[in-house]
Amino acid sequence: MAYSEKILDYYNNPRNAGTLDKSKSNVGTGLVHVPGYIEVIRLQIEVNPANKVIADARFKTFGSGSAIAASSMATEWIKGKTIDEAAQIDDMYLVEELNLPPAKIHCAALVEDAIKAAINNYRSKNGYEEYKFEEIATGFEA
Amino acid sequence: MLKLPVYLDNNATTPCDPRVVETMLPYFTEIFGNASSRNHSYGWAAEAAIDLAREQVAALIGADPKEIIFTSGATEADNLALKGVFEMYADKGNHIITTEIEHKAILDTCKHLEKQGAVVTYLKVNSEGLIDLKELEAAITPKTIMVSIMYANNEIGVINPIREISAIAKKHGVLMMSDITQAAGKISIDVNRDGIDLAALSAHKLYGPKGTGALYIRRKSPRVKVISQIDGGGHERGMRSGTLNVTGIVGFGKACELSLLEMEAEGKRLSVLRDKLENALLRLEETYVNGSRTQRLPHVSNISFRYVEGEALMMGFNKTLALSSGSACTSASPEPSYVLKGLGLGDDLAHSSLRFGLGRFTTEEEIDYTIQAVTDTVNKLREISPLWEMFKEGADMTEYY
Repeated sequence: MAYSEKILDYYNNPRNAGTLDKSKSNVGTGLVHVPGYIEVIRLQIEVNPANKVIADARFKTFGSGSAIAASSMATEWIKGKTIDEAAQIDDMYLVEELNLPPAKIHCAALVEDAIKAAINNYRSKNGYEEYKFEEIATGFEA
Repeated sequence: MLKLPVYLDNNATTPCDPRVVETMLPYFTEIFGNASSRNHSYGWAAEAAIDLAREQVAALIGADPKEIIFTSGATEADNLALKGVFEMYADKGNHIITTEIEHKAILDTCKHLEKQGAVVTYLKVNSEGLIDLKELEAAITPKTIMVSIMYANNEIGVINPIREISAIAKKHGVLMMSDITQAAGKISIDVNRDGIDLAALSAHKLYGPKGTGALYIRRKSPRVKVISQIDGGGHERGMRSGTLNVTGIVGFGKACELSLLEMEAEGKRLSVLRDKLENALLRLEETYVNGSRTQRLPHVSNISFRYVEGEALMMGFNKTLALSSGSACTSASPEPSYVLKGLGLGDDLAHSSLRFGLGRFTTEEEIDYTIQAVTDTVNKLREISPLWEMFKEGADMTEYY
């Protein structure tokens, strides 16, 4: 089966790949690695403390091209959103936009987890209570 | 001018040699007879072609032509050998010895036989991909009927010490079966020198057509018998019924003839190219060759690039390189290559592996191109790999793998 054009585009030209300075108080880092899956996804956000808008986002991902594409697309999606808006991300958005194959749907769920982890990391660093997200589902069927 | 993608998956299959195709062509149209038609010249011509091909295949492995049974490929030959021996020697015993890193054609057939009452020992291999001969000998029981160990492995190219293995089998009166698919036509095989009683091989791995293979079955000391698995018509001495694929078998024979003549020079040429590729890629940090580098086919290299994932590498080669990864996942929880796991590799290295399979038509220009393409893609992916960043910062990586 040939790769989808959109996945190839993000893979070949990854947007927002890189690292933010995690020592800064307004940078939140989410690092997700779920046993049983090979992917390791790190997603970082830089938040404007005044309006809680995500001014910048960066990712680094170990995994297939689908995982890289989903991570990259997610950083584009959350940039410019408030952290409350970004917290509403639904992994199906990534699945549908990238037309992920069945065996790669879990990549989008891992990216969603990484965003939520980055938001909570920002909140706890800045004295806010962490959001209570639904239990991170890892036993899902692809 | 380089033709892209560069084909480096010659362990999966090889293109037909044009000389093979040329030899086959008349057998589609002019010499189309059924080799079992005894009463007219069309049949006789087909039979003569089969006789020649049988000699050519036999010559490649030092066998007698009467010891060659044509099949649809190596998978069928493996099935016939294992199931046929298991049924024929039921009175003697039900125990088969093989290894954990055999081809699925052997392992899945063993699984099938286990349901029929077979007891199968799957020997472990060391990090080189080789079994412990003492363990092999210790595994043999009075019920053991057959040892089935491949001549060379399809993923890592490691060559087993078949002569030593068969000597142990012989000492205990046990049949020696070997899947020689990857080794035939690449390195010298002689069923008498090597002590092999049954051997499975396939045409399309040695520049012949797909859909044709053979099982070698020893006729003297010992005379080996198998129970047929496909009945009807009594072709191939009753061991494999079905109208012979004359065109394919003619191509198989020609391919064997060419390989016998050319394999020594070809092996030397390919090992030089393979070593050039391997040595260049090993200059990348955290890069490892999987399996023995000395006991190995001349045209294969299996390399892991730590902290980058194999499927991601493959996507980078989408339009440039055609090869295989140990990380080919079709399910959500991918199991990496069982061969690499058998060598003791962790999931990280098994998922980061690529198999380079050079072939008769591989050029130095293609190898130079491949070195550059792989180096660039590994570097690019490490640039966006969080694991690589952590590793470079000296983090403890055991948490991840």
